Amino acid sequence: MSLQPTRLSAEQLAQNFADLAPRYTPNEALLEAARCLFCYDAPCTRACPTAIDVPKFIRQILERNVAGAGRTILSANIFGGTCARACPTEVLCEGACVLHGLNEKPIQIGRLQRYATDHVLERNLQFFTAGKPLDKKVAVIGAGPAGLSCAHELTKLGVAAVVYEAREFAGGLNTSGIAAYKVNTEFARAEVEYVRQIGIPIRFNTPVGKDLPVSRLLQEYDAVFLGTGLGKTASLGIAGEELTGAFEALDFIMPTRLGALAECVVGEKVVVIGAGNTAIDVATAARRLGAEQVTIVYRRGAAEMPAFAYEYELAKSDGVQFLWHTLPKRVVGAHGQVAGLECVKVQPGAKGQPLQEIPDSLHTIACDMVVAALGQDPLYELYQTIPGLKVEGKRVVIDPATGATSVPGLFAGGDCVNGGSEVVDAVEMGKIAARGILQYLNSERAAG
Amino acid sequence: MPDLSIDFCGIKSPNPFWLASAPPTNSAYQVARAFDAGWGGAVWKTIGEPIVNVSSRYSAVHYANQRVMGLNNIELITDRPLADNLREIADIKKRYPKNALLVSLMVESTRAAWHDIVKRTEDTGCDGLELNFGCPHGMSERGMGSAVGQVPEYACQITEWVKEVATTPVMVKLTPNVTDIRYIARAAVRGGADALSMINTINSITGIDLDTFAPRPAVRGQSSHGGYCGPAVKPIALNMVQQVAADEQSPRRVPLSGIGGIQSWSDAVEFMLVGATSVQVCTAVMHYGFRIVAGMIEGMENWMREKGFTSTRDFIGKSLERITDWGNLDLNYAITAQIDQKLCIHCGLCYIACEDGCHQSIRLERRNGTNHYEVIPEKCVGCNMCMLVCPVEGCITMQDQSGGKPAMSWNQYQKLLAEGKIAPLQPPAHV
Repeated sequence: MSLQPTRLSAEQLAQNFADLAPRYTPNEALLEAARCLFCYDAPCTRACPTAIDVPKFIRQILERNVAGAGRTILSANIFGGTCARACPTEVLCEGACVLHGLNEKPIQIGRLQRYATDHVLERNLQFFTAGKPLDKKVAVIGAGPAGLSCAHELTKLGVAAVVYEAREFAGGLNTSGIAAYKVNTEFARAEVEYVRQIGIPIRFNTPVGKDLPVSRLLQEYDAVFLGTGLGKTASLGIAGEELTGAFEALDFIMPTRLGALAECVVGEKVVVIGAGNTAIDVATAARRLGAEQVTIVYRRGAAEMPAFAYEYELAKSDGVQFLWHTLPKRVVGAHGQVAGLECVKVQPGAKGQPLQEIPDSLHTIACDMVVAALGQDPLYELYQTIPGLKVEGKRVVIDPATGATSVPGLFAGGDCVNGGSEVVDAVEMGKIAARGILQYLNSERAAG
Repeated sequence: MPDLSIDFCGIKSPNPFWLASAPPTNSAYQVARAFDAGWGGAVWKTIGEPIVNVSSRYSAVHYANQRVMGLNNIELITDRPLADNLREIADIKKRYPKNALLVSLMVESTRAAWHDIVKRTEDTGCDGLELNFGCPHGMSERGMGSAVGQVPEYACQITEWVKEVATTPVMVKLTPNVTDIRYIARAAVRGGADALSMINTINSITGIDLDTFAPRPAVRGQSSHGGYCGPAVKPIALNMVQQVAADEQSPRRVPLSGIGGIQSWSDAVEFMLVGATSVQVCTAVMHYGFRIVAGMIEGMENWMREKGFTSTRDFIGKSLERITDWGNLDLNYAITAQIDQKLCIHCGLCYIACEDGCHQSIRLERRNGTNHYEVIPEKCVGCNMCMLVCPVEGCITMQDQSGGKPAMSWNQYQKLLAEGKIAPLQPPAHV
C-alpha cells in the first residue's frame, strides 16, 4: 500500500469527474419546464434562501425566453449558476415542489436553473450595471460567494466595493471546495469573471489581519464587509495526524479543483473520518480518483449522520463503505507513513452523557490514507484582531436583517456567520449586508 | 355482447369507426392494413383530376408536453392516376366485402364532370360516395372544395347533379368555414343528399417561424392557409354536428358522420351522443397508426356493457335533449366549490384563478408554514374555474346549494317580471 498519484487514465478520470447532472438539451429543458404547474406564491420560491422566482423563470424557459429566465435567476442570486449545481435542491426548492403531493418526481429546478444560467454566462449577457455613484466605498474581505455577492449588490446600488482576497484566486469554496463533479473549476472561474464585470476590483494575495488590520480598513473605507468563511478543518486531536497520508478534507479536495486530476494523490485504502456532506465529497472523490477501498467512520449511527440523504446514496452507489459507532483513537504509522486507523466501537451514553466506549473493541483499520472531515474551524485569530467583535461559539454575531456586527461599520455574512452552510445562504447574506450597508451609509450621511 | 354494427343509410358497417378521406386512405395497401386492424369503414382519399402536391405539407400545434394538439395541412386531393385508384377501390371492396367503403369525390363544377366521376366510381362496387365540399385550401382556389361548400346554392346544385346518376348513397362533407353550417346542410339535403359528414378542416395558420418569418409549413420560405384538424378542433366539430342534428328547419333527417379530433372511444361516443351514426378519424391515425382502433372498439363495448346498451341505436342522439337554449337553463340552480384539504397540494392555482379572473371567492391563509386555501361559499358563484385549473383530480368539487328552490329559467323569469309577480334578482356582490 502506498500513497501515489492516481493511476487511472485521463479518460477515466474525466469520466469520473464529469458533471453528475449534465446540462439539459433544449428539448429536455422544454419537456421538464412543461411539467411545472406554475404555482402561485410557490413553495419552491419560499424554500429558496435567495427567493428566486422559480415558476417565473421556468415559464420563461417554456416560452423560449432563456435569457429572460437567466435574468430572473441572477436578479435574485448572482451565483445562480453555482447554486444550480451545488444547492441541496432536494431539501430546498425541489423538496418543496408540490408535485411530491401527487407522488410525482419534483420539477428538476436545479437543472433548469443551470440550463438558463449557462445560456447567459456563455453568451456573457450582462443584465446589471453599476448604480449612480454615491461617493462611498466599502472594503469586502473575502472573494467567496458571500463577499462577491455583497460587492455585486453594493456596486448595483452605487457604492464602490473593493475586495481583499487572501489567496490568488476568487470564488472561495465555489472554486476550490465543492466536489468537482458538481461544480467544475472552469465554470466557477468563469462565473466569478461574469460577476466581476459589473466593476469589482479584487486585491489578490492580500490577507486581512496582522499586516492589514480590519481597523485600518474601517478607517479607510466607509464600511467593511467580513466574508472570510472558515479556516482549516478541525483537528482530530489524536496521535498520528502528522504522518504522511493524513489529510484534512479541504487540502484533499482542493487539488481536484485547482490542479490536474492526473496529479492528485490518493491512497489505495482510504478512511474518511466524519459523515457530513464534506466527508461524502472526500469519500466519493477518493473513489473516483481510483482508491480501491474507501471507508467512512462515524462515531454515531446512520440516522444521526449530518450528510443529506441523497449524498449518502451517492456515496453508497460509488462503493463507499460506512462504519457506524466507530471512534478513531490513533492514526497508526509505519516509516512515517499512515498504515492504519485505530478505533474503538462506541455506544450512545445515557441522555446528555458522552458516548461510551465498548470494552475490548479496539481494532485497527488498515489504510494508507486518512482524511479528517470534521467541519472547518473559525478564523479565531482574525476575530481576535477586531476589538469589540462579538462572537458566539463559532459564529460572528450579526443582526440578521442588516448583517451588522457588534462593531459599527463592520458587517458580515457567509460561513463565518452561520458556521458553514450552503453557497446560496452565503449569497443571500451578502445581499442582505449590502442593503444593510447602504442603509448604514445613508444614516451616517444624515447624521453627519 | 354489445353490437357495434351500424346501418348508415343502407351501408352496413361492423362498427362505427371509419377512416376519414385523408392521407391514411390513399391506397389499397393502407386501407387493407386498416381493415385488418379492425376499422369498420373507410372513405377513400378524394379522387378527381390528379394534382401535384408541394413539400412540406403539414404543421402542428404542440401544447406543453403534448405533441400535435392540432394538425394543419396544405396537401391536396389524390395525386395518383384515377385509373389506379378505381382499380384499387374495386380490389379492396372484393377483398373486404363486409367493411364499408365510400369514395370521396371532387371534380370541376360541371354536370358532365360529376356524372362521369360518379358512374366510373360506382363501377368499382363501392358502397357509397362522399362529395368533398369542404377542402379549404388549394382546390377551393380552383372553384372546388369549400368554394362549393360555402355557397348553399352551389352545394345544392352539385348534389342534385350527382343524385341524377348515383345509385349508391350520397353523403355530402361540409366545411366548418362558414358562419352557420346549418344553411349548407339544409341545401345539401334539399339537393338530395342521403347523409352528411362534418367537419372538414378549419382554415388556419398554425404558427410562424420567428427566424424566417414564414408560417409553417413552409414551402421555400412561403406558406399558405391550411386546414386544421386534430384534438384541438373537437369541441368545434361536436358543436356543428349537434347543430345539424338538432336543426328543426332541415328538410329531412339524414344520418350524420362525425369528424373532428376523434382520438378515442369516448370521443366517438360523444359524437354519437349528439347525433352521429358513424365517426371518421384521420389525425389520430396519422399520429399513432391504424392500431388505435382496437382500443376504440373495446372501449366502446365496455362502456355500452356498463350502461346496458346492446346496440349503438340505444345511444345515438341521446344527448340532444340535454342541449337547449340558454334561456331554458335554471337560474335557481346554485353550486359552490369545495376544496378537499386532504388532497390539496397547495399550488395556489385555484386561488389566483379566482382572485384575478373570477369572483375573489377563495381565501388564502398562511398556516404552519403552508398556504391554506378555502372557498368563501357566500361569494362563490359556482363558475367551475377553480375546479378546472386544479391539478389534483377530485380535490375541488362543486356542491349543490340550490336547497330545494323550484327551477326558474330566464324565459320564465322574464315572463314573471313582466307580469309583476317577481322582484328583479340581485347580482352577487362584487369587490
